[in-house]
Amino acid sequence: MTVEALMEKTGFEVISLSNKSKMVEGCYAGDLLSWVMGKAEQGCLWLTIMTNINVLAVASLLDLACVVVCENAVLDEIFIKTAESKNINVLRTDKPLYEACLIIGNLSNE
Amino acid sequence: MPAGLQAKRVNELDCECLSYRFEVDGSNFTTAGEASVQVKRILRRIGFPPETIKRASIAMYEGEINMVIHAGGGIAELFIYEDKIVVVLTDHGPGIADVALAMKEGYSTAPDNIRALGFGAGMGLPNMKRYTDIMDIQTALGKGTVITMTVNV
Ligand SMILES: Nc1ncnc2c1ncn2[C@@H]1O[C@H](COP(=O)(O)OP(=O)(O)OP(=O)(O)O)[C@@H](O)[C@H]1O
Ligand SMILES: [Mg+2]
Repeated sequence: MTVEALMEKTGFEVISLSNKSKMVEGCYAGDLLSWVMGKAEQGCLWLTIMTNINVLAVASLLDLACVVVCENAVLDEIFIKTAESKNINVLRTDKPLYEACLIIGNLSNE
Repeated sequence: MPAGLQAKRVNELDCECLSYRFEVDGSNFTTAGEASVQVKRILRRIGFPPETIKRASIAMYEGEINMVIHAGGGIAELFIYEDKIVVVLTDHGPGIADVALAMKEGYSTAPDNIRALGFGAGMGLPNMKRYTDIMDIQTALGKGTVITMTVNV
């Protein structure tokens, strides 16, 4: 499904969605950046509680479909501006990482 | 600079290739990784296969971040040949005491404030090795480190 469809189904908050027709081809969850860099596949949606700017570099280098920021982690203005200018999709939810994973996992079972 | 490095550098600089040079600011986490993102753009413009671009830019990113976190910044150079992409990362940081240990997955000396940002998995150097065809580390304690990575096209 597209990132836009996922956003509509989950009701996750839109932080940046300039590439909304991008397909979600898989999911990865984790907070250690270089771990994610080594393991996540291109086109993945990435769930994390990390919100420093390097999250966006990882998302951009891996060509990820979307970043989902969990637990309503605080995002600063630079993060949001950079996500917009680099066309990186970012959604946010108040759910903890595990619960957000379940919500997305259940979508793919539909 | 450790012996042997100079010769290596000169070889790369002599080449008939496209070259780029980036200064990596050691005091700024906000810009850390920007050179790699720029390199990705350059490689894309030239039209290398996506997989090749991904490997080169991820390896360079990990090395660039390491220079910021562990070495107070440095210089990143990119050399583009027809059949390979070479990234040379030079810093004048503390050097790496035990390269074999540093290459181990999970080994990290990153301090807590850096770990809080999501670094410190100890996967950077292993990723660099995995994503490149050749990786060479020249390092001397108290002098610095030069990492040369080659991705064959
Ligand atoms: N340029 C460098 N100068 C000095 N020491 C370095 C340099 N690069 C790596 N190291 C040392 O090697 C260790 C392992 O590096 P590696 O990139 O694998 O992990 P990390 O940077 O600690 O964590 P991660 O990359 O997973 O965020 C570092 O913790 C550091 O001690
Ligand atoms: Mg590292």
